[in-house]
Amino acid sequence: MSKPYLRPYQKPQKLSDYPLGTASEAGYLVTKNCGWRNERPIIMDECINCLQCYLYCPDGVIFKTKSGLDIDYDFCKGCGICEKICPKQAIKMEVE
Amino acid sequence: MSKQITAKTITDSEFFYGHKACAGCGGSLAVRIALKVLGEGAISVLPAGCMSAVGFNYPHLCFSNNSIISTFAGTASMLTGVEAGARAVGIKNFKAVGLAGDGGTADIGIQALSGAIDRNDDILYICYDNEAYMNTGIQKSGLTPFGAKTTTTPSGENIHGNIRPKKNLFEIVAAHNIPYAATASIGDLKDFMNKIEKASKIKGTTYIHVVAPCPIGWGIPVNETIEISRKMIDCGLWYLAEYENGQFKLNRTPRKFSSIKDYLLSQGRFKHLEDADIKILAAQRDAKWTTIRKNWNTTEEEL
Amino acid sequence: MTKAFLSGNEAFAEGVRLARPQVISIYPITPQTTVVERLSEMVENSSLKSELIHVESEHSALSCAIGASAMGARTFTATSSQGLLYMAECLHYASGGRFPIVMMNANRSTALPWNIYGDQRDSLSQLDCGWIQVYVEDAQESLDMALQGYHIAESPLVSTPVMVNLDGFVLTHTYETVEIPNQTDADRFLPPFQTKNKMSLDNPKNLAFSVGPDNNMEFKYLQHKAMLDSKRIIEETDKKFAEIFGRGYGGLTQGYRLEDADYILITLGSITGLCREVVDELRQNGEMVGLLKIRFLRPFPDEDLAAALGSVKAIGVLEKDISFGYEGTVYTNVNSVIAKNGLRLETYNFIAGLGGRDISRENIRAMFRHLQTGGQHVNFIGLGVSIDE
Repeated sequence: MSKPYLRPYQKPQKLSDYPLGTASEAGYLVTKNCGWRNERPIIMDECINCLQCYLYCPDGVIFKTKSGLDIDYDFCKGCGICEKICPKQAIKMEVE
Repeated sequence: MSKQITAKTITDSEFFYGHKACAGCGGSLAVRIALKVLGEGAISVLPAGCMSAVGFNYPHLCFSNNSIISTFAGTASMLTGVEAGARAVGIKNFKAVGLAGDGGTADIGIQALSGAIDRNDDILYICYDNEAYMNTGIQKSGLTPFGAKTTTTPSGENIHGNIRPKKNLFEIVAAHNIPYAATASIGDLKDFMNKIEKASKIKGTTYIHVVAPCPIGWGIPVNETIEISRKMIDCGLWYLAEYENGQFKLNRTPRKFSSIKDYLLSQGRFKHLEDADIKILAAQRDAKWTTIRKNWNTTEEEL
Repeated sequence: MTKAFLSGNEAFAEGVRLARPQVISIYPITPQTTVVERLSEMVENSSLKSELIHVESEHSALSCAIGASAMGARTFTATSSQGLLYMAECLHYASGGRFPIVMMNANRSTALPWNIYGDQRDSLSQLDCGWIQVYVEDAQESLDMALQGYHIAESPLVSTPVMVNLDGFVLTHTYETVEIPNQTDADRFLPPFQTKNKMSLDNPKNLAFSVGPDNNMEFKYLQHKAMLDSKRIIEETDKKFAEIFGRGYGGLTQGYRLEDADYILITLGSITGLCREVVDELRQNGEMVGLLKIRFLRPFPDEDLAAALGSVKAIGVLEKDISFGYEGTVYTNVNSVIAKNGLRLETYNFIAGLGGRDISRENIRAMFRHLQTGGQHVNFIGLGVSIDE
């Protein structure tokens, strides 16, 4: 599995630190989105691993693990689509 | 029948991640899923619009595949150049894919799109349709439906929102005799994923029109994006279909429509509609479905 | 090397063929069309191996070229007048993205009123779009600048698109004897295109991104710096060209009988030939006149101008352009050099040839007389009516 990930970022100090043209490394993240959230989804034991939350998450923050599913809270915006789509009510939204 | 793509079989890799789209954004889901189906060989072209605005803010770059922003009008023409250029420099196993909104496709980009289909360039063009110019703050586009309130089609005493019906872009595209075109919805990702997979294997221009609601523009809670997409199909205001070999085919044939009123009035943009307006929309829907049932292949079969 | 009797457009097409562009987007517009017609014939008869893309507009022509360039392909397109204006958005896009596309522009009047004949208002109105702009004089220079154009544009230090301007009809459609280099020499001059500014599957990139106020100005400064650096590359390119092909153009400007000249006419493009003849004629009469052809308007040859105009009494700028409500744009640029360098000389502007109006030998003689006698600064040449109403 691969995806864009957080990197250390320092504002360029010299002109030569900037890329040629407007072309830079793909999938280079420097900020998180977690500050957007009022509520966070919690996956509970009722989860049957049907993967509907994983599939329908607009941000792709629900990922498969060996034992089931987990959530990347750095990038979850707390929209709650996962809670709505879950056929087993196995996700609950918890106030931050 | 080739193997279906499902949540289980689709790659775990994410290609559109860490983006700044609003919570519950339908467009970002459409783009995310499309790129997961196409994989790392996708070279995506996105015009100025929501998905480019939220994904390409140097130094924060959210596409892990090769991606480029085009001019607003230039999605299809840049796709053509990308495809030809990639071939010219000897790149193999790539797919040039356009990911443009409704305004970028049906209005300012329609000329370039028509040109690309006319040339039958080997590209996939996906229009994520949220039924208005959302990036600039909800203005009417050619794909805004009748009755919808936008910031440029206010609902007042005289005008009940947008007074013109939604352009039928799927059939406009099909009229070019394109090798493959389809409609889809983020309310049915299984259908959408497999249409992308099918389109990506076809040589020549292919087009997928996917409805992808914008919670802000539609006036719905951010967790209802999928639900409203499903309601839209169930009430008959959207349909899942394909055009291939000169024939239209319906993928799902509803026996009975759910309440159009319920679909409309659950959204802020339609709250002002009166029964008379709803009747007009229902009549438009019924007329469309009469034509569909008469002329299209309505035998249900899985993709 | 072979010799052929070619129009400016046909000569340019030969230059493009020798540069081996991998993707060409084509769209017709008078008086550019014969360029893309010849290129299509070359692809048909296999003397050129290139992807020909029949786009549906000039906006798409350049948008397509940008897409191909972003994949690392050498690209070409050509346009004129309304077409250039229609692609204006993409002009800025190509230069901001640092895509080294070469485009030919057949200089033509801009509507309204409609007019298909030559003047330079189309490209001069786009002077600030970030493209290197060169104006050529004859068919041979047209061919040669197609090749030099790629060499300049693709230099890693420059990585900026180049617009080669040919005067509509008087150059694009006039036949002259032209030397066509052989492919071996052309390849020796112009190596294959290589850049870091591209997408590849091994090294995925995100291109044409947004940059907010915190970093935006640095990107714009880099664009400016590349244009300034291109001056050196332009000179080096011309020297290398001369070594291989035995002819050169002098870089950013080309002077004629400048030594001890008191009165200099500054020209652009195809009118230069006739002006040279008038200079010879006046020199025979003992008049101390000379000529300076500006080849590159961007980057602007300010050092060349300052050096050439140091001990001159008066200069005139002849241009097929007017920036309505002020003066000719070339004149404004030249005056800025004079002011910055504290030069003490009179300057005059001769606006001529708009919409294809003929510029006669007598017109040019009159311009030199004007430089010597003095008079109004901005002058419309060849107006058929009196403006003193």
